[in-house]
Amino acid sequence: MESHFATEAAAAHARRRSLRAAAIWLTGPATMLAGVAWAFVQPYRLTILHPHGQGFWWLLSEPPLYVVLVGLGFAVLLAPGLIEDLEEAEDAPSR
Amino acid sequence: MLPPAEFVHWWFAAGFLIIGLLLLAEAVVGTKVWRRRAWRGYLWPSFLFLMGLLMWPVMTLYTNSTIHMLAHGSWAQAMMVAGAAELGLARGKLHSPYWSLTTAGALAVSASAILLHEQNGWFYARSAFLHHAIGWTCLIGALFPLARAFRPSSVAVRTGFALVFVVTAVFLFSDRDTAPIFGHLSPEAGQAHR
Repeated sequence: MESHFATEAAAAHARRRSLRAAAIWLTGPATMLAGVAWAFVQPYRLTILHPHGQGFWWLLSEPPLYVVLVGLGFAVLLAPGLIEDLEEAEDAPSR
Repeated sequence: MLPPAEFVHWWFAAGFLIIGLLLLAEAVVGTKVWRRRAWRGYLWPSFLFLMGLLMWPVMTLYTNSTIHMLAHGSWAQAMMVAGAAELGLARGKLHSPYWSLTTAGALAVSASAILLHEQNGWFYARSAFLHHAIGWTCLIGALFPLARAFRPSSVAVRTGFALVFVVTAVFLFSDRDTAPIFGHLSPEAGQAHR
């Protein structure tokens, strides 16, 4: 009986952990997706799509791309290590 | 040649989005896991401090009236003070969670400055609407760092704090000087942009 409760508790614990890891894993791609969706809704915000006659600052300032870059940075630079640490912390025996 | 003011708003929007995502990630995994790698604890306070530092050239080069200059100067100081206090907490030089009140104060001061220096109504133009929207978001959002001082481990409070930055980023990304808001633009506002 006790082992049944222990198994259920472990399963619930793993579910909670996988939810948190999934949330971290999804944050970067979701942000990138928001940037891409914005680019489709307001293509005129991307001057690189029609660069003729645009000055330096107008070509540098591409807000939907900024959003994509922030999401990419999160997904590549932060999320993998954070998920690794989250799993290590959860797997460590509780005292 | 200086870039138009709205570009600077978009760059700061990207900075706020970064801070918001970092705070959101910290809220999801918890402070203990977040600080398993020491450098992570410094990330968002460093960004906040850096943005405060970068606000000084904005104040110097972009403001065209005393009230604008004072508002930008107060944001620069508020972000630097809040960033410094949070860096002190991350480093362990400061111990009391009540130091979070610095961030709450900084948000309240920034909100007051943005509301007071906007002299037009909500629907005058998009920039006026966004000033009001950002001001009230930050004023109400100041309640989250205030609550964090008393309940530092609350996930709801930490998530709310993160979302204040994300929402502010969305508002700043929407900035287009004299563009209409919800189809409305005052005839006195100037030439409409998209």
